[in-house]
Amino acid sequence: MKDEALHPTENETGTRKAFFGFSTSTQRTSTGWRLIPFLVAALVLAPIGTVVSSLFAPTGDVWEHLVETTLASLLVNTFWLALGVASGSALIGVSLAWFTAVCEFPGRKFFSWALLLPLAIPAYVTAFVALGLFDYIGPVQTALRAWLGSDLPWFPNVRSRLGVIVVMVLAFYPYVYLLTRNAFLTQGKRSLEAAQSLGLNRTQGFFKLSLPMARPWIAGGTMLVLMETLADFGTVAVFNYDTFTTAIYKAWFAMFSLPAASQLASLLIVIVFAMIVLEQQFRSRIRYAEVRQSARADRIPLTGWRGWAVAGFASGALFFAFLLPVMQLSIWAARVFARAFDQRYLEFLWHSLLLSAFATVLTCSVALLVVYAARRHSDPVTRAAVRISTIGYALPGAVLAVGVFIPIAWLDNQLSEMAMQLFHIETGLLIQGTLVTMLIAYMTRFLAVTHSPIDSAMQRITGSIDEAALGLGLSGWAALRRVHLPILKGGIFTAATLVFVDVMKEMPITLMTRPFGWDTLSVRIFEMTSEGEWEQAALPAVALVVAGLLPLIFFVRQTER
Amino acid sequence: MNALLELRNIRHAYGLQRVVNDLSLILKKGAIGCLLGPSGCGKTTVLRCIAGFESVSAGAILLNGVMISNASFCLPPEQRHIGMVFQDYALFPHLTVQANIGFGLHRMQKTERAGRIAEMLQTVGLTDVSEKYPHQLSGGQQQRVALARALAPRPDLLLLDEPFSNLDVTLRGRLSVEVREILKSQNATAILVTHDQDEAFAIADEIGVMHLGEIQQWDTAYNLYHKPANRFVANFIGQGVFLPGKMLDPSHVEIELGTLAGVIPHQCIQDCQLCREGNSVDVLIRPDDIVHDDDSPLRAAVINKAFRGADIMYTLRLPGGSTALSLVPSHHNHAIGEKIGIRLETDHVVAFSRSAS
Repeated sequence: MKDEALHPTENETGTRKAFFGFSTSTQRTSTGWRLIPFLVAALVLAPIGTVVSSLFAPTGDVWEHLVETTLASLLVNTFWLALGVASGSALIGVSLAWFTAVCEFPGRKFFSWALLLPLAIPAYVTAFVALGLFDYIGPVQTALRAWLGSDLPWFPNVRSRLGVIVVMVLAFYPYVYLLTRNAFLTQGKRSLEAAQSLGLNRTQGFFKLSLPMARPWIAGGTMLVLMETLADFGTVAVFNYDTFTTAIYKAWFAMFSLPAASQLASLLIVIVFAMIVLEQQFRSRIRYAEVRQSARADRIPLTGWRGWAVAGFASGALFFAFLLPVMQLSIWAARVFARAFDQRYLEFLWHSLLLSAFATVLTCSVALLVVYAARRHSDPVTRAAVRISTIGYALPGAVLAVGVFIPIAWLDNQLSEMAMQLFHIETGLLIQGTLVTMLIAYMTRFLAVTHSPIDSAMQRITGSIDEAALGLGLSGWAALRRVHLPILKGGIFTAATLVFVDVMKEMPITLMTRPFGWDTLSVRIFEMTSEGEWEQAALPAVALVVAGLLPLIFFVRQTER
Repeated sequence: MNALLELRNIRHAYGLQRVVNDLSLILKKGAIGCLLGPSGCGKTTVLRCIAGFESVSAGAILLNGVMISNASFCLPPEQRHIGMVFQDYALFPHLTVQANIGFGLHRMQKTERAGRIAEMLQTVGLTDVSEKYPHQLSGGQQQRVALARALAPRPDLLLLDEPFSNLDVTLRGRLSVEVREILKSQNATAILVTHDQDEAFAIADEIGVMHLGEIQQWDTAYNLYHKPANRFVANFIGQGVFLPGKMLDPSHVEIELGTLAGVIPHQCIQDCQLCREGNSVDVLIRPDDIVHDDDSPLRAAVINKAFRGADIMYTLRLPGGSTALSLVPSHHNHAIGEKIGIRLETDHVVAFSRSAS
């Protein structure tokens, strides 16, 4: 008798399941939840559609002019930049990943997390520090000239293609490093042992086995680097190295031709999507089953000069990518602190924080809605909509700025016209030039950043967890509060931190869609660096670096235990 | 003496904990040996020492009479020409089946290599899936790829580390027979490590039962079951219970069910202390030693039963209060609590001195 009481009949569980708000049961479908992923996908697709449609729009004078004068050099510049940064980052990222994951050398433990630190510095900050330090009038060349008593014809020109590439490699290599290192660590020692038992020594094993096995992760990391490179605006702007993003900005704000900007943006989108398609193709061909994690390999000891050479290599990367910029920023910031730390600086900081906070709340909420909606309806169409809604991260900010601005401007015109006709009032512009435009653009770009940690946290709440909660008498809000929220908390926190920092660092969207006079730290950096005022740019940059370090330290502490 | 592999008193320790303790064994060319033991007995470590992934702190390992490991020397694994099948197979996920099998043939000419791959695919019956990737295969197929990959370079010795533990039970039995056939067809010498005695019995010619880093007995399956060298082996191999008994003379022992007469295994004869008249001993009674016989005056109560298809394994309470197992054809279906007639049927006696426990 007692047994029966403990095990409700099938029928009973069935009805209970249907009762439960967030169970995956399809018995209670509501169109509201169903629509969410599609609405968000539409919101993401709108700017893409706007921009892409201009690819086929009639061309204006400005566009003709652009094609004649700059388009060829834009393409060449973009090509070499992408190639240089991708291959440089892959080379440095993969080699550092191999050394820290598989070998043993002096300082390995320290370097394995410290080499991630450059992620905290926005690329455009590294860029202006490099220019300030190594340019002709910079302290390094000046000191060398004084010491040698002559000009330095051999000193490489920092304001060059190579200079931009080096700076971006220093800023972006950690993406490749992080992913590839993980791949090497999870490969475990089994595969290498298997290779050894088949007659390969460890060096052969690396090239014939570890490297090919890590290829999807190397490709993934390099793809991230490529995306960042194509999306970059700040770095190339500092170097006056014209790419599509700066050209979009100039077409809009210097030549006042939004159509031309949009047409440039459409070309950039085509390039970006070509990359994505290529990567997907590459990936689908070599999609391996996850390698099971086994005990970490005995490390390959690098003794004598080899060990020190590797330690030197790692120190070099860390020095130029992190220590040097941080030191130089501190020096500059300290020098101008008394003058520059004023009411206006606090205003920049306040704007940045406020904007980030708004964007964080908005993006995380939308991500949560999407994730819950996808949990309730996991049909292929909904899954496709979810995938589309996270595609925004691939869109360069400059493209999004144009893509969001154009439909909003159109909507604004419609609204004010309607107001005029119906109520005879002059409304002016309602949405355009308000924070709403910016927030929509941020949300589109950064939804993927919040979606992935929240979604993976949600994956841990299985259907049987819901049913277990039900079985213990929890349902609806109580289950949400006592079961779901504690499980999701970590994911939401990670998502919020990431997006907060990303928005703070974001430059092109902020620059192009901000309300008049609404300056943030990154806008201030753009303005100061475009006048070569490195010292003035240092103080805002320090704030960004500090903000970037916080989540990074958190991440490192979580993973490097 | 045709020893392909010889282990001489090898020792291995992780930190202070000694995992392998003065272990010796000799394996002849073409033989399939097995290290059988519960988890943590050190059997996998022995295998890894032979492969060269671990070094020994004392003793020596010889392959074809050549020293490959001792306390001060460890030939790198890739130079030993010893193949290995890993517990998780360690197939290379980025390579097709045939590329996996051909991986160790990197020193061969192209045509020779293709020929050997085709031959191995044929041998393990995977020609149809040669272009597939490991994750597209079933567990059993993956297992055979791992075997083919290890055998392809014609290693002097093949090591198999728990090769069937990732497969479901029904597949295990079939595959272990198949693996034995493949190994014998390739004339391979192999050592298998497992905790599953059915697997060991199905594949190996000779089996070493390991416990606490030592080989307790190195023998054929028959002898391990019928002539266990010590209590551990007696307990570990097969089922059975120990019943207290008294020696009457070196070939007779009295237990509560009567007097057992039979050939007492030679290890008992050697141990004169044990066989002396009047000594207290523990006698191993296997389930097949107790036969159900309705006419027998000797009766025991059924306290548990497990239906196994062809037969039923009864757990019986003997008149004296101790329990014993009995294997009975399954049409003799008796209820729990019922008293059934039993009879002893042994042709040899396995006994251990009482004090040895």
